[in-house]
Amino acid sequence: MQALIQDVFVKAFDNSILAALHDGATWDMPAGTMAFTTDSYVVHPLFFPGGDIGSLAVHGTINDLAMCGARPLYLSAGFILEEGLSLDTLHRVAQSMATAARAAGVQIVTGDTKVVDRGKADGIFVNTAGIGVVPRGLSITPERIRPGDAIILSGDVGSHGIAVLSVRNGVAFEGHVESDSAPLHRVVADLIAGGIDLHCLRDCTRGGLASALYELAAAARVGMRVDETMIPVHPAVRGACELLGLDALYVANEGRFVALIPQNQADAAIAIMRRHTAAKAAVRIGKVDSIDNHHVVLRTVLGTRRILDLLSGEQLPRIC
Amino acid sequence: MRYVDEFRDRTVAKALAARIRRTVRQPWTLMEVCGGQTHAIVRFGLDQLLPPDVALVHGPGCPVCVTPAGLIDQAIRLAGLPHVALCSFGDMLRVPGTRGDLLSAKAAGGDVRIVYSPLDALELARAHPDREIVCFAVGFETTAPAWAMAVLQAKARQLSNLSLLVAHVLVPPAIEAIMSSPQTRVQGFLAAGHVCTVMGYHEYEPLADRYRVPIVVTGFEPIDILEGVALVVEQLESGRSQVENQYARSVHRDGNRRAQAVVQEVFEVGPRLWRGIGEIARSGLRLRPAYAGLDAVVRFEADLVGLGESAPDDHECHSGRVLQGQLKPTDCPAFGGRCTPETPLGAPMVTNEGACAAYYRYRKGAAVEPVGTRHTHEPPAAGMNRGPR
Repeated sequence: MQALIQDVFVKAFDNSILAALHDGATWDMPAGTMAFTTDSYVVHPLFFPGGDIGSLAVHGTINDLAMCGARPLYLSAGFILEEGLSLDTLHRVAQSMATAARAAGVQIVTGDTKVVDRGKADGIFVNTAGIGVVPRGLSITPERIRPGDAIILSGDVGSHGIAVLSVRNGVAFEGHVESDSAPLHRVVADLIAGGIDLHCLRDCTRGGLASALYELAAAARVGMRVDETMIPVHPAVRGACELLGLDALYVANEGRFVALIPQNQADAAIAIMRRHTAAKAAVRIGKVDSIDNHHVVLRTVLGTRRILDLLSGEQLPRIC
Repeated sequence: MRYVDEFRDRTVAKALAARIRRTVRQPWTLMEVCGGQTHAIVRFGLDQLLPPDVALVHGPGCPVCVTPAGLIDQAIRLAGLPHVALCSFGDMLRVPGTRGDLLSAKAAGGDVRIVYSPLDALELARAHPDREIVCFAVGFETTAPAWAMAVLQAKARQLSNLSLLVAHVLVPPAIEAIMSSPQTRVQGFLAAGHVCTVMGYHEYEPLADRYRVPIVVTGFEPIDILEGVALVVEQLESGRSQVENQYARSVHRDGNRRAQAVVQEVFEVGPRLWRGIGEIARSGLRLRPAYAGLDAVVRFEADLVGLGESAPDDHECHSGRVLQGQLKPTDCPAFGGRCTPETPLGAPMVTNEGACAAYYRYRKGAAVEPVGTRHTHEPPAAGMNRGPR
């Protein structure tokens, strides 16, 4: 096990804190408010168009920190490996994590590895925890959402979920769809540096855009109105959703977020977001409105209205 | 996107709505037979575009909703057998039988696999010769040809570890049952386009004639549905009762003869119990005797002892009346209280095509009033009921 840790993880993650091989990682904290988060990743298959479980585990935790306005600093990585997993696969995942972390400017400084019997895990499960620092005085929380706030979406929705589905169980679609998995902290940092008063941020992961908006509306006790015609969806994603009876607004994303900000800063925020590849299709999709009793109301392509409710369980493909 | 965007055009939709408004002179109650149409209506808010005198009620056209609880019990029992893998389309998994659902059976260790087509099940049977692959073959005329092909291919490839738990139902007998009920208030039908793509619409002509009811074969996009409504209303207002084809881009009068031949080869028509509705004569498909070896009920007879199709429905659930257009989902006393997608009493609250799920998901609470629709729990005016000629 020690050899595995040395050969795979210490080598891939390559930093002095991890190389100390102590029971925990130690460092000096910069000034500010600490942010701390953790998430587990159990995606199947492990490799999919546009990403893999390793990069996903890094991006996901970075994004949870970013949504608090934090600058991510350090990650931990816990691995549960199924007996029989090839070393090559493990190397690929570790390399992918290392590359994603390096590109994002964060370090993986501590971790853990366990091996379980064959059949007890789906190849690899990865848990990452992350620590970051929020600039002092900054508060990005649902309770700061105000009626009249603009709702900005950072790009097209549904690509991650459809990309994973496209390589699962032999379901293939016309048109190539890649996961949108990406770190978002630099977009958020630029918004903060640009003087945008970020009332709240939320990444649209499992449950998609609709669930993210629903959760924010419920937490802030406000209504929201969004316009379906403004929400970008890649044509191949739309096609796959039509075929399977899925609603793209509920399909998972790994590199998309919504920002709720004062209406008069919306254009400036969109301009800043569009400078980043991860948010180049940023667009205003609606506004916060307290009239609707905490409901998120969607104006459809036909100009009619309907609710965006929380999904019960997963979306399941339909019979016909 | 081609074949989608042009059928979701706001200008065309408004023009069709205006055409319907211009035509209507009295109240009419129309039924959309298919659950897919129900979802499109609620998802796109189409009823908000209709005049108050045109009421849409929902039909029995969600195959998952009408599958009897007893059959789900059988599927759950089979999924729990150590050597069986039960294959199902995804939206069947959350539907309650009398003792749980397939998702719970999976959580309890049962081998339940979601398939996207019958071919996936064939592939599983080929890849796992040591396991019995049982397919929960649910659906209307739409999916029957694909399951029939799976049976023929299983035979051709000599796959001896594949069988079907058949729950297929047929639309025309359901329409007949609705129209012959004294409680009916349906005065026109939007027939399901995809069913007619396979079967054609000649079977509907005697029904339209006998019950003096317009039947318009209709697609699933918003423009299709609005045009279907316009055609039904125009017939009603001019006293006609014919079968018309709105979905001509996909449907021909005689349907797809090759698909019909495959279905005919493998299946025969028989009585079928419809969940919440009861038995309807000649409304189901079952495997012909020549293929009885692929019938899961026959093959696993000993394991299914004590479980039958005719398990009782939950008496608190009014979904049978919803599926016959007698109640709106929101008229059910359990709607949104005892019955939610998290704790469903009946199938229409959990499936992708269920009317109750559509209302819960897109209309929860009073945030979006169904603008323009009449509340349809009152029967049609005297003289509007149309008995057989």
